[in-house]
Amino acid sequence: MSLYQVQKLIYQLNRDPRTRQRYADERDAVLGDYDLTQEEIGALAKPDIGLLYVLGVNGQLLMHFAALHRIEWTDYLERMRQGLKEYGPVREGVYAATGYEGVEAHDARLKAERETR
Amino acid sequence: MPLVYCGACSHAPGITGRAERADTQTRQALETAFRRMGDEMRATRPDALVVIAAEHFANFFMNNMPAFAIGMADSYEGPIEDEAFLRIRRTTVPGNKALSRRLIETVMQTVDVAYAEEWKFDHGISVPLHFLTPDYDLPIVPANINCQGPPLAPLARAWAFGEALRRAVDAVPERIALIGTGGLSHWPATPDSGKINHEWDREFLRRWSANDREALLSYTDAEIYREAGQGGFEIRTFIAAAAAAGGATGRIDFCEPVPIFAVSCTLGSFELPPAQQNTPSS
Repeated sequence: MSLYQVQKLIYQLNRDPRTRQRYADERDAVLGDYDLTQEEIGALAKPDIGLLYVLGVNGQLLMHFAALHRIEWTDYLERMRQGLKEYGPVREGVYAATGYEGVEAHDARLKAERETR
Repeated sequence: MPLVYCGACSHAPGITGRAERADTQTRQALETAFRRMGDEMRATRPDALVVIAAEHFANFFMNNMPAFAIGMADSYEGPIEDEAFLRIRRTTVPGNKALSRRLIETVMQTVDVAYAEEWKFDHGISVPLHFLTPDYDLPIVPANINCQGPPLAPLARAWAFGEALRRAVDAVPERIALIGTGGLSHWPATPDSGKINHEWDREFLRRWSANDREALLSYTDAEIYREAGQGGFEIRTFIAAAAAAGGATGRIDFCEPVPIFAVSCTLGSFELPPAQQNTPSS
């Protein structure tokens, strides 16, 4: 596993316009600059947000990598959920899923609570 | 000059980036509270604003991660995020390199802080400034506590950082305001984004507004992770602000859970002695 290398590449992409341009122009060469497994290269190149999430990429890096690929917020969350179904629990890091009713159900509960105040 | 303003607020990117998806009444109340906080802060006539944030890999990475850092430049660019994602236009925000240096030199007497002559603001600073200083006309001194890449500095060290900042602020002639920015319980950027432990947040804010050092520092990271998620590590910024308040008690001006923003949106400030707020500069 080389999660650190995956995250380092995403960090550079998120903050450096020149790395972004180079990634757009010659992606394989940029990927070759990092010590990555084939699974990680595949996940980055696709991009497979669900697999990157399960590999343990920090959400503060991953959500911007998703935005870079014009993946909308709700779609980003759904891709992570699909990743959990397809690849199993998060393998590293502190961004594991812990279970949640979802925003819509949560909003409805809060609205009901406000009305009974 | 003693600190003229001390507070803390949320910085969640959804507050601007997903604004229209929140309950309208709640969002408007939050934005009103943010503007009021900005008005109150500016009414203390600060010469600069220290923002203690929890940055999110905009400047620092695990190849060389400082526990604490302070910016030392005459200007900063932000937000670093995609403008369409955050819906805040990228701009240049004034800093004050000489002031930063004097503050850093005093902080270094007790805390081994890193300094940075380059610093790109992310949502941790840009979202609060969007509401508090929308004209970007107040020089900013950015400060950061690592809340992202464990191992993290113990809470007691975050307190020490806040105390050191207060000593530094009190030692310069300028009028300085200070805010901490961060989330309380939250699980951001995970499939659980929107999950909030509001009871935990309220208990934390009870301790924070009482400025109860012992109670604030009694949390363990294991407990925070379990009850408040990885986002809860950001309480370090609120704790540093409490320490900077020097024993003053606080007031919670707004605290409402907003799932689409992923946090209990929170704004609070400390009741600094009036004489301190009103003393004219120089």
